[in-house]
Amino acid sequence: MTQDHMLRAFDDDLGQLNALIAQMGGHAESLFRDAIDALRRGDQDLARDVIVRDKALDALEADVERLAVELIARRAPLGDDLRQVVAAFKISGMLERVGDHAKNIARSTLKIDDFRFAALAQVPAVAEIAEGMIHSALDAYAAQDALLAEDVVARDDEVDALYRDLIRHLINHLSDQSANVITATELLLIARNIERIGDNATNVAEAVYYAATGAIMPDRHKFID
Amino acid sequence: MTFEAPDQDQRTVMIPPPEGDRVIDVHGLDFFYGKNQALYGVELPVARNKVTALIGPSGCGKSTLLRTLNRIYDLYAGQSATGKIMFDGSNILDQGKNSEQLRARIGMVFQRPTPFPMSIYDNIAFGVRLHRSVGKAEMDEIVERSLVRAALWDEVKDKLTTSGLGLSGGQQQRLCVARGIAINPDVLLLDEPASALDPLSTAKLESTLIELKSSITIVIVTHNLQQAARISDYTGFMLLGKMVEFRPSSDAFVSPETKQMQDYITGRFG
Repeated sequence: MTQDHMLRAFDDDLGQLNALIAQMGGHAESLFRDAIDALRRGDQDLARDVIVRDKALDALEADVERLAVELIARRAPLGDDLRQVVAAFKISGMLERVGDHAKNIARSTLKIDDFRFAALAQVPAVAEIAEGMIHSALDAYAAQDALLAEDVVARDDEVDALYRDLIRHLINHLSDQSANVITATELLLIARNIERIGDNATNVAEAVYYAATGAIMPDRHKFID
Repeated sequence: MTFEAPDQDQRTVMIPPPEGDRVIDVHGLDFFYGKNQALYGVELPVARNKVTALIGPSGCGKSTLLRTLNRIYDLYAGQSATGKIMFDGSNILDQGKNSEQLRARIGMVFQRPTPFPMSIYDNIAFGVRLHRSVGKAEMDEIVERSLVRAALWDEVKDKLTTSGLGLSGGQQQRLCVARGIAINPDVLLLDEPASALDPLSTAKLESTLIELKSSITIVIVTHNLQQAARISDYTGFMLLGKMVEFRPSSDAFVSPETKQMQDYITGRFG
């Protein structure tokens, strides 16, 4: 934003909206990080903690929705203000889903019975990229930085490639007679949730790009389910 | 893409309707109040059967521009315009001082309702008689049709002989619209027509204008951005006597290109 609004209360509202998104983003990131930590360390207490803490994200999403609707009704935002409010509205939904995916990872972790399972070591690397994407997408939102948003979208290819590797590995393992079916299956689900977190980060970045430029991001990434 | 933050300060952005769709086409219009220049090389393409809104801060020249379109400024001494206002194949600025014919084809509604101190019926009949002689039966028909189109008929049909001054502000303004369209103009110019009206009267006037555009081209000056966003098809943003940005309203209020328009519509101006 280049300049303050003549109506100071409008800046306060937008500031509050941005603070809520930052808070949601921080919370979603920490849920995801802890879910992966719990998996890596086989820490079931931490996994349970992630499941409980996800509720706070739902409450924050409701706060963002309430404030965004009130802002539209009372301030009648136009131009980049309007785009920013709409982006915040959408992003809060995406961050809430990141929390859901973290919770799913934690639930799978509670079912895993072999934390020395070979493929498990591959998970943190994928998760790290996805977490970095979330972090950068939120930085891009805070700075209304379209270039950083494009960079986030580009990184999703790495997540997808590592995800495919991991899936192949797990399927190979499952075709083995001595397979640990439960652990391998839960890891498949975990990999899927991480991949979806990358998709959500991509969607956040696309919303940021539109808010910043007023244009749809070119070569928009299409996801194949 | 504009995120490289280019220097947009002096840019003019014009995304006009196709040439064949324009009923009025203003080019390089300069306007002077005596020696004071109020418009600088203004471009304004007005699309047929569309609503074109002119917005901008007070003193930007939007009302002045509107007043050139039917040469109503002729009525005031010392005011002059140069450039081109193409309408129906010729430059209206080249025509002589007799602009009455022009004003029959390009009507105007002002900021404050200006009903004549006469009956509702005569408010409409008076203007029609100025242009041609009409029999009683035809006049009744014209009055009714005009009031229906201005969405006022149902409210006044039982009191056509009472004074127009007895109507509410919103009704008076719609009476002025009815008067303006009674002579079948091609274009109706409106200068802040809703600024003195309450929200309900404003809504009625706005829906009247949207209905009217199927047969009349509308140009409206408004300070109310939400109003421009609600009813217009094209929006021109003016600043300091210049047309800074002109584009379809569908994106004018979401993603304008110039920093000036962006600042104005988001309330960061000044």
